[in-house]
Amino acid sequence: MKRFLLPLAVFAVLSAFLAAALSHDPRRLPSALIGQPAPAFDLPQLQPDGPRLSNADLKGQVWLLNVWASWCVSCRDEHALLVEFARRGVAPLYGLNYKDEPDAAREWISRSGNPYVASIVDGNGQVGIDYGVYGVPETFVIDKHGVVRYRHAGPLTAAALDTRIVPLVRRLQSEQVR
Amino acid sequence: MKPRLHLTRWTVPAALCVVLCGALHGGPSRAAESDAARIRELEQSFRCLVCQNETLADSSADLAADLRGKIAEQVANGATDAQVRDYMVRRYGDFVLYNPPFKPLTWLLWLGPFLLLCAGALVLARVVARRRAMRPPQLSADERRRADALLNRTSEDCGP
Repeated sequence: MKRFLLPLAVFAVLSAFLAAALSHDPRRLPSALIGQPAPAFDLPQLQPDGPRLSNADLKGQVWLLNVWASWCVSCRDEHALLVEFARRGVAPLYGLNYKDEPDAAREWISRSGNPYVASIVDGNGQVGIDYGVYGVPETFVIDKHGVVRYRHAGPLTAAALDTRIVPLVRRLQSEQVR
Repeated sequence: MKPRLHLTRWTVPAALCVVLCGALHGGPSRAAESDAARIRELEQSFRCLVCQNETLADSSADLAADLRGKIAEQVANGATDAQVRDYMVRRYGDFVLYNPPFKPLTWLLWLGPFLLLCAGALVLARVVARRRAMRPPQLSADERRRADALLNRTSEDCGP
């Protein structure tokens, strides 16, 4: 009886590891930017009459950056959630229009609703690379000091918004600016 | 006579020109070649974030093409391999490296196989030692007598 105990223990540990790995989605990568200052940008806005927007303009408030494109199919899955999020007025949502045709982007937004305070145009994808974007859509939460605090890769879900992003935004908003 | 003289007058400068041009041309092209080799090597050391099981060099994803462009751009600007690696890791984390760094988080990854090997060797050594310590069971005097009797009878039966 005793001689089966060790192999059984090894098997149990192995099974636990494999079970944990099964529930781990390899497409969800940790962001290297968490706790780091948000990479700088200075880009034109999607709306032709708007001024250029830089990350320095957004300091002092908690804001969200949503990477989107009109060609991105899974962005459509989260669009209604973004519009609803913007309507609730939790925090300003900015868009990073990633490697898109500005005309197509404007058309998509005017047709389906614009959740963004402003969208900036990242035509060649450089700012996307600086933010470590590897798939559109992605959403970042940036605190009052301009530090990246959270990154959601892939389309947002109601659960991710309600259980993680909104509580985090509220907590960050109550932080004092040093 | 005259044309030949003419020819010799221009032969040396012309030859010099060819040699010099060749030398001038050879320099940068060799540098470009070594740059291209470096770029290829760097591209092969990074993972494509989109396909995950392909290197940047092999991937046809849009992002991989952009990142290949970034690598080439930085190498052209004189960046060292370490600087290019740092550029990638700062944005995409260690995951982008096909050769993960040796640090506390990856100790188990790097040393795990050797630990398993050691554990296997330990188990094997114990099994061998136990087998070696085992003595074949000794026969009692009565058993030996019976065995001898059996053996003798068999050899007699088979004898000529």
